Amino acid sequence: MSFEPARWWPGSLLPKEDGTQGALLFVIAVLAFLACLSAIGAIASERAAEGWKDQLIGSATVLVRASGLESADAAAARAAETLAGVKGVAEARALDKAKGDALVARFIGPDPLPADLPIPRLVAVEFNSKHPATTADLRRALEADGLDATVEDHSLWTAQIMRTGALARWAAIGLFFLISGAAGALVAFATRQGLDARRDLVEILHYSGASDDFVAQMFQARFARMAAIAGTAGGVGAALAGAGLHLFGRGQSVAAILPVAWTDLVVALPCPFVAALIAAVTARLTARAVLKNSP
Amino acid sequence: MEDKSGDNGPAVRFDGVTMAYGSQPPILNDVSFRLERGSFHFLTGASGSGKTTILKLIYMAEQPISGRVELFGHDLTTLPRRERPALRRRIGVIFQDFRLLDHLSAFDNTALAPRIAGRKAAAYRNDVAELLAWVGLGSRMDALPATLADGEKQRLAIARAVVNQPELLIADEPTGNVDDAIAQRILRLLSELNRVGTTVLVASHDEDLVARSGIPVLHLSDGGLTRFDRGRRGV
Repeated sequence: MSFEPARWWPGSLLPKEDGTQGALLFVIAVLAFLACLSAIGAIASERAAEGWKDQLIGSATVLVRASGLESADAAAARAAETLAGVKGVAEARALDKAKGDALVARFIGPDPLPADLPIPRLVAVEFNSKHPATTADLRRALEADGLDATVEDHSLWTAQIMRTGALARWAAIGLFFLISGAAGALVAFATRQGLDARRDLVEILHYSGASDDFVAQMFQARFARMAAIAGTAGGVGAALAGAGLHLFGRGQSVAAILPVAWTDLVVALPCPFVAALIAAVTARLTARAVLKNSP
Repeated sequence: MEDKSGDNGPAVRFDGVTMAYGSQPPILNDVSFRLERGSFHFLTGASGSGKTTILKLIYMAEQPISGRVELFGHDLTTLPRRERPALRRRIGVIFQDFRLLDHLSAFDNTALAPRIAGRKAAAYRNDVAELLAWVGLGSRMDALPATLADGEKQRLAIARAVVNQPELLIADEPTGNVDDAIAQRILRLLSELNRVGTTVLVASHDEDLVARSGIPVLHLSDGGLTRFDRGRRGV
């Protein structure tokens, strides 16, 4: 077919990609995959932490000790009755001795405890979810009924869970920036290498009147397109991995730690754009810095 | 449109220019000359006499160690780097080794300067096609440089250099790699460009061709200018 100038359209002035850029594309795709996966993991772990916190905040445990002639079991039953009448308490129930012993057995072993050991009894309290009672309300009611009891509102555990959730979130953010930095460094290296390998082309462009911006824009476009492709591959890979966790993680311990929801996979959507943006900015800045020293 | 503010001098002016590469002895020593707009000159001299260096100083690939180089009235030794592209767009350069872009077709190579100047493709693709036909490459527009003969490459290099109708055309040994018939044809092409107002400076070591052409000569020897013909269109 003969060449038709009227149908000619300017293509890229850079030669087609070589094998090096294929390897670069693969590495950036892997980095994008890890970045997306860490974001999905952060969202899921935060959800897990929120769930655990809600469970803990919605309940309290009361330790009831025997006092005077009243046995611990009788005091626990009376405490459960008192607490059930407190406004904002949905349910209060005394745990039987066997359950209490099972809890203690975790720490002191399975051998039965001496019958005369004054082991306190436990009362589990579930709060009304809309208008929960406070621990102060429980304490006041127990004191008013003359019960020797300690209210444990799980605040220690709640704080630890929240700290763990925050740690997971910041770790994911840190990981994202670390991966972005690594991707940027790779693109910067590839841009320098590309400029060096295409020195002759760059010189001809300069001598033909091209500005540094014109030359930098070529490398910017090349690497942004490549990063967009890599970001798409990495994002799709991470979304598939997340979907796998959602579908096959049910009933596994992993689902308790990372309860991935379908909506979490949305974080993979901006991956190609973010990857392209990082690559474009890095390539442009690097190219401009290198070209500054050319004639 | 290029910014031509401050344009009030000759096309090229060298004033006491000394140039050396690294710690080598100066290749140009206190060289002064001026090329008026619309003039045509040959730049002659033995190999290593500094012909290519003079061209490089004009297209801003090198800077002199002392003296002043002016292009269209602009002092290139003090010109900010960001202003070089606009001035370079007013020059066409034909390199000794062609320096064609091997991955681009003859058409793409020729279209380089208009693209860089930011012109729309529809506005210049016909010009490019006509120019390639004018240099005798009308049937090789989609050919890659590697498939062209030396004479064709030379003519393609000329087409690339003149496509934007430069005010100054500098050529480094444009007839160095071709036979006499093609050399004469290339010289005719350059003369035609000069006739439409382009200032032309051609570096050549081909004494016979220079003598036969009757074109004014700047001759370099021992780092200095030893002959300077003023020519028909004033120097």
